[in-house]
Amino acid sequence: MTEAAPAEVRLRRTLPRIPDRFAALGAVLIVLIVLAAIFAPWLAPYPADQLNPVEAVRPPSGAHWFGTDQVGRDVLTRVLYGGRTSLFIAVAVLAASSAVGVTLGVVAGYAGGWVRDVIMRITDVFLAFPALLLSLALAMVLQPSVNTVILALAVTWWPWYARLAAASAASIATRGYVDAARCLGVPAPRIVLRHVLPNSLTPVLVQLSLDAGGVLLISAALSYLGLGAQEPTAEWGLMVQEGQTLFTTNWWVAMFPGLAIMVTAFAFNVLGEGLRNALDHRSGGARRERAEPASAEAAARVVK
Amino acid sequence: MLRYLIRRLGQALLVVAGVVVLTFVIMRLVPGDPAVAFTGPKATPEELAAAHRRFGLDDPIPVQLLDYVRDLLSGDWGISLHTKQPVRDDLYLAFPASLELVGTALVIAVVVGIPVGVLAARFKTKFPDIGVRLGSVLAVSIPVFWLALALQLVFASTLDWFPIAGEYDGELDTTSPLTLWTNITIVDALITGNWPIFTSTLHHLVLPALVVAAYPTGVIAQMTRAALIEEGGQDHTRLERALGFGETSILTRFALRPALNPVLSLIALVFAYSLVNGFLVEAIFNWPGLGRYAADSIRSLDTPAIAGVTLLVAVMYVLANLVVDILQGFVDPRTRAR
Repeated sequence: MTEAAPAEVRLRRTLPRIPDRFAALGAVLIVLIVLAAIFAPWLAPYPADQLNPVEAVRPPSGAHWFGTDQVGRDVLTRVLYGGRTSLFIAVAVLAASSAVGVTLGVVAGYAGGWVRDVIMRITDVFLAFPALLLSLALAMVLQPSVNTVILALAVTWWPWYARLAAASAASIATRGYVDAARCLGVPAPRIVLRHVLPNSLTPVLVQLSLDAGGVLLISAALSYLGLGAQEPTAEWGLMVQEGQTLFTTNWWVAMFPGLAIMVTAFAFNVLGEGLRNALDHRSGGARRERAEPASAEAAARVVK
Repeated sequence: MLRYLIRRLGQALLVVAGVVVLTFVIMRLVPGDPAVAFTGPKATPEELAAAHRRFGLDDPIPVQLLDYVRDLLSGDWGISLHTKQPVRDDLYLAFPASLELVGTALVIAVVVGIPVGVLAARFKTKFPDIGVRLGSVLAVSIPVFWLALALQLVFASTLDWFPIAGEYDGELDTTSPLTLWTNITIVDALITGNWPIFTSTLHHLVLPALVVAAYPTGVIAQMTRAALIEEGGQDHTRLERALGFGETSILTRFALRPALNPVLSLIALVFAYSLVNGFLVEAIFNWPGLGRYAADSIRSLDTPAIAGVTLLVAVMYVLANLVVDILQGFVDPRTRAR
């Protein structure tokens, strides 16, 4: 690499890499969905909880693009506002579980020995439950609310990040610059914060984007079961449940919030996959390594 | 291999012990007095005290945990508060129905997912591949409860091709009663040659099984595609290509078998996942499995029943993981080292 790289290649290296059209599609969709949720009060054609019994269960029309529900609320308005709740839950779950998971994981990975063993055995126990089951059991015994869903899912999800962070922290702890810092007498907490933590984050970030879709689906399922957001809050899963009894005669009440869940989960899934592929290509053999002996573990990461 | 087996079994036992403790902790988090839930709101203080003694609720927590473990080991999984039956007997009826549903769904997922994954790998980055990739991501992105409602609306309510809900026509219980062997209706009907119930069950299975199959089909197709493409980069593929084999026969004759190794592990894992995913589907199609039982238990705050379901599914999940690892250990000795 003595010659300067051609301009095009340099440009590609500086631009955030968009690996394929699917991932680009996902990224665009997510930006649109997030903007729609943020600007819901301005975009929504009607006030959030405006009841209008005269206009109840009207099919989609020019005045109500997505129709109205059983108390005459505009479904499009509710879907826009519902995005705020649903996306907030997903973001809060991912933030909380990755914060706890990465902290414990980095400590486990750097410390090694019995500390690592204890933390990893605890994650084993949590990972022995399918995610939906554990969060379901937790949400059942707590009072139904948005916070319950967040807590239940965060408790379920942190071990994934703990394991990822522990694996990368353990490999970083053996690097030369960490040894050098140790020899210079830098205290362990500072080594972890300055060297190990920042370098352990990449796989976690990719995993976060891969998980967003799954978290969204499970939180919607919990709300659908009545364990999450409560009336009159607009939340996509809850809206499907509210429209369920009307479904055979007035399909639109449950159809549109369900579509919103699907499109959002789809966008997160394609984006996450694109990011993972990009990372695998960059790190060369990583993908091959994972596809061989560790394939069962890779499979376990797909199915939560 | 023996050492690997023993170590892996030991790990699984440790995890099961942790699962029991975690289940116990979750049950302790339940607000309110479980004795009130059992005796009902009008119970006298004496009845309450009796219930307290019966369930050992006045003992210290560690003693309660030990009692819980001892009861579990002796096969006493508690009494359900809403059916008033032993939880174990309830599970004994509900679990086979769930197995029937999830088993059928997995058969669909394998039969569709693997060929579709092969198709995508054969025409990598071409139109079939794009279609399969989009379709498989879509399949894992659909909320199951919503897909269940949609299929019910279209194929049961509107077109009337399939029944709306249930496991088989209720009137068949009187016209051609089923002898139970395994408690899995479709298997029992087949063994005893009970054709009316067999066909009725098959007919009722189609919609819920398709819904449960969506997710596993998607992940199996993705995994098959990825594993085949991975194999395409191996030396043996280059050799086969040099020997003049066509791309299709390289894929199906040489690459598919090693590629199926990760797919097999995936199937075992996706089984346990689908069991829980099926909960939501069972509730909508009124399928008499674990999901409906769990839903009824949630509604009546039936903690022993909830604990039973949680424990059973978690143990199934641990078992699925164990089976995967042992199979992998046999097939691919390199995994034993880990």
